[in-house]
Amino acid sequence: MARNPFRSENEMFRFLGVIIVGAVLVAVGAWINVWVGVAVAIVAVAGVVWWLMQEPVPGAADPGTRLESATPAGMHRVLVVAPPGAAAPSVPDAATEVVVIVPALASTTEALTGAVDDRRADAEQTALSLTRALSRDGRSVRGEVGADDPVLAVEDALRTFGADEVVVAGDDETADKIRERVAIPVRRA
Amino acid sequence: MVAHAEAHLDHHGDHPPEPHYSSRISPSILGMYLFIGSEIMLFGSFFTAYFFVRVVNGVAWPTPPFHLPVYVAFINTCILVTSSFTMHWALQSVKRGNVWGLRAGLLLTFLMGLTFLITQVTEYLRIGFNTSDGAFPTIFFCLTGLHGCHVFVGLTILLFMTIRAFRGHFSPEHHHGVEIGGIYWHFVDVMWILVYLTVYII
Repeated sequence: MARNPFRSENEMFRFLGVIIVGAVLVAVGAWINVWVGVAVAIVAVAGVVWWLMQEPVPGAADPGTRLESATPAGMHRVLVVAPPGAAAPSVPDAATEVVVIVPALASTTEALTGAVDDRRADAEQTALSLTRALSRDGRSVRGEVGADDPVLAVEDALRTFGADEVVVAGDDETADKIRERVAIPVRRA
Repeated sequence: MVAHAEAHLDHHGDHPPEPHYSSRISPSILGMYLFIGSEIMLFGSFFTAYFFVRVVNGVAWPTPPFHLPVYVAFINTCILVTSSFTMHWALQSVKRGNVWGLRAGLLLTFLMGLTFLITQVTEYLRIGFNTSDGAFPTIFFCLTGLHGCHVFVGLTILLFMTIRAFRGHFSPEHHHGVEIGGIYWHFVDVMWILVYLTVYII
């Protein structure tokens, strides 16, 4: 990821300084010969791009804040995240309220072109079947379609649904990524 | 629903929760990327026309018997570059609580920007060719004129910033208006350096 020189006035002023230095080099090259100037301009543009790419992005290396979550006393809420087509995971018997999130996993091309209707339909179908499978007396179960990234989908859900634990019906890698972002227990089903 | 509301209050206290955007990029950064993208497309289309005319069609630059006012434009470039330094000085001043430094910096920046624009208009009147004289003058006026429009917009922003500075609207804690205006002014400066290099130097 490149450093954005438009981030602040200070950054932009520094960028301007680099452009001025590059412009002087191009002008000197053009004074010798027009094509030397063009060559210097190409090298200068490549140099500026390289500089922006290798410059550290402010804050990018900082660890993100882990998301806290809380529930009222006497309740045990479980957030289930499952990929489309997943089987119903085991949920603790003590769970009084369950929200099932199914990320609409779209490919990069589908996401960029907005052709995600089929993926959302798949996710809706899975959310519906998991909701039915996890329902029982005395437990409220709700299913939702989430963002196209499981971690982002969990973050979105926890903003509106305070949960005591997260159950991941996916691979270990997904569970580990979610663990890095939330401050409540994450269990892989 | 009641349980939800209780959980919500437990978590956030008596203030609304922080906004959460279901995206990997924050709105302010996205807005800036869109702005940069639109400017690249705008200037890019004119630079494309320039390279097409000059490189593909091989039109002499400048087409004889016309001449470009390279040295006047160089002086103008120096004025505009200096105005970026006074802009930076203005922002550094307000961050340190130096209100008069802010006011002087903004006023100088505005005056230098105005000098640049007046000089450019004067050169247009004396340059000796017009858009009807061929591809070279058309591209010349389009590129420098497009940049001139950006300078005009920048001057308008600077005028409001200067008035607000003299009315005491900015402080070391609150100077976002100067920050944003400064970014735009430096951007205009960077674009002029590119225009000057391509149109006048190379």
